[in-house]
Amino acid sequence: MANLKQEISRETFDHLVELAALELSEDESDYLLIELNNQISAIHELEAIEIAKDVPPASHGVSYTPESSPPLRKDDWDACEDAESIINQSPFVDDGFIVVPDIPHTTLK
Amino acid sequence: MQLCDFSAVEIRDHIFSKQASAVEVLESCLRRIKQVDGRPGKLESGPETKEDAERVHAFITLTEDAARVQAEMIDKMIADGEDPGPLAGIPATIKDIFCVKGTPSTAGSRILANFISPYTATPVARMRSAGAVLLGKVNLDEFTYGSSTESSAFQPPTRNPWDTSRVPGGSSGGSAASVAAGEAPLSLGTDTAGSIRQPAAFCGVVGLKPTYGRVSRYGLIAFGSSLDCPGPLARNAKDTALMLHTIAGPDPRDATSANLPVSDYLELLEKEIKGKRIGLSPDYFQITFPNLETGEYLQQPVPTEIRDAVLKAVDVYRALGAEIIEDVPMPNTRYGIPVYFVISRVEAASNLHRFDGVKYGHRTNGEINDLKTLYRKSRGEGFGLQPKLRILMGMYVSAAQYSEQYYQRALQVRTLIRGDFEQAFDLNGKYKLDALLTPTTPTTAFPMKDVYGDSVLMQYADQLAVPANHAGIPGISFPGGLDMDGLPIGVQLLGPDFTEGVLLQLTHAYEQATIDAEWRILRPAVLREG
Repeated sequence: MANLKQEISRETFDHLVELAALELSEDESDYLLIELNNQISAIHELEAIEIAKDVPPASHGVSYTPESSPPLRKDDWDACEDAESIINQSPFVDDGFIVVPDIPHTTLK
Repeated sequence: MQLCDFSAVEIRDHIFSKQASAVEVLESCLRRIKQVDGRPGKLESGPETKEDAERVHAFITLTEDAARVQAEMIDKMIADGEDPGPLAGIPATIKDIFCVKGTPSTAGSRILANFISPYTATPVARMRSAGAVLLGKVNLDEFTYGSSTESSAFQPPTRNPWDTSRVPGGSSGGSAASVAAGEAPLSLGTDTAGSIRQPAAFCGVVGLKPTYGRVSRYGLIAFGSSLDCPGPLARNAKDTALMLHTIAGPDPRDATSANLPVSDYLELLEKEIKGKRIGLSPDYFQITFPNLETGEYLQQPVPTEIRDAVLKAVDVYRALGAEIIEDVPMPNTRYGIPVYFVISRVEAASNLHRFDGVKYGHRTNGEINDLKTLYRKSRGEGFGLQPKLRILMGMYVSAAQYSEQYYQRALQVRTLIRGDFEQAFDLNGKYKLDALLTPTTPTTAFPMKDVYGDSVLMQYADQLAVPANHAGIPGISFPGGLDMDGLPIGVQLLGPDFTEGVLLQLTHAYEQATIDAEWRILRPAVLREG
């Protein structure tokens, strides 16, 4: 569908990439922009469907009834037995703290 | 026939009756893996060799030593007169999208290549508690995003045991291939748009997508949270029933798991199917595909061989006393993929925001001075093309200015797709179906690299499977013959919510009725002599 109208322009694409916090090579950008527009073309098929106003959106296929819904858990504190192993998953740790570079901030006067 | 070729139920019976030990079974599976699997998937794998092209490559991580410890423990329990559980000594593989404590849990992605999970997913924990011997983690499409297993960052890619020039399907390609090649009788996969059923069809095994909520998603690295379903792949209905019974059920760690009792699926298998109402819909005998030049969507009948396999199953069921109801309308089937393009992308984008190079997973090397650059570089290096595509698509269609046009509309069409099934299964309605019988896939296994890269066409490989994910209902794919190239054809049954027992019963009945069929004699190419 490379010949079709490109709904997503390069400018919009670059904005999306920035929002998505992705650094892309030129080749990747070219491929992704084409595929993104192809996918958008595919979903235009949905516009042809007549949908009555009272059709509710479905967030799940299977509805949860009072019988099938799991009970709420008690609001109890359940301590992780091995918090250190969770923290140590981070690539940079110092004395139990995760190390990151400068966090963008504004100093209040 | 070697121990690794036995069914899960036969292995269990052999172990309980002491005709074989769990260690002997394990060693048989390890020998098979050595014989057919080739080198495991790796990040920096180098060029593919001629030998690679003839191997299955199901595995990313083989946990041989841990499996041996488990098997020895099972044997000791048997010797001591203890009950190791319903999966005693049965080897199993796990799709590498499930967290298993102390084991690399990669999702087939560079971004999680160094991630050693600190906890174990509920379905995996249940299998282990039931005595299963876990052989390791098998390959998949990166984060499950694909239908061929080619998009994994861990190469060489998994190949189809029936013809190694073909894809195994996906995303649970490693699971299906490992079961088909006799590396393990059971595998745990996931199905978000057909990712259990499609590879099961391509590799000639049984794959069951349970009802949404039937099996806990705790410890499953999420793709589409309203669609993801863990489920079994096996070589027959009985083994599938055995495994499903073990992994299904409520889980306090997953608030979407259904709080409903689990049936004894094995017991249900032997019931008669006389009087069961099985439906056929013309909407499942045509395929939609995009014309890449014009952008038009064309429809054509499913290939004759695939249609005939389903119609032969109809004959089998009719002969067993089932009622066949034709012309069941499922008019919204064709919208399954477009709806999926929207809903799954929005959910995927949301789920992928957590991977940031800070808390776990890949972090870019070198001097980075600010956090935003760290995010961009780590995610840019860590994610492959398919996750990137899903993030961008998901963000676009859920953006405030487009949400009404795309996301809200897709959610409404999802209601219509669910409505088709509710009408077909309604006990007071016109059709009153127990199950809908359909092809699983629009084609048999396609050649490696033929479709990969075209993200739209690849998605359309799931078009007959994905409506069940939108509707949340259970579905099963089972082998229904071979095509002219000797490739397996999958037949699918879809049923009302929580009727996995009926689907397994119907599959078992078909297997028993066709046990002497000529096509069942042929084995996957990697297992043939010479």
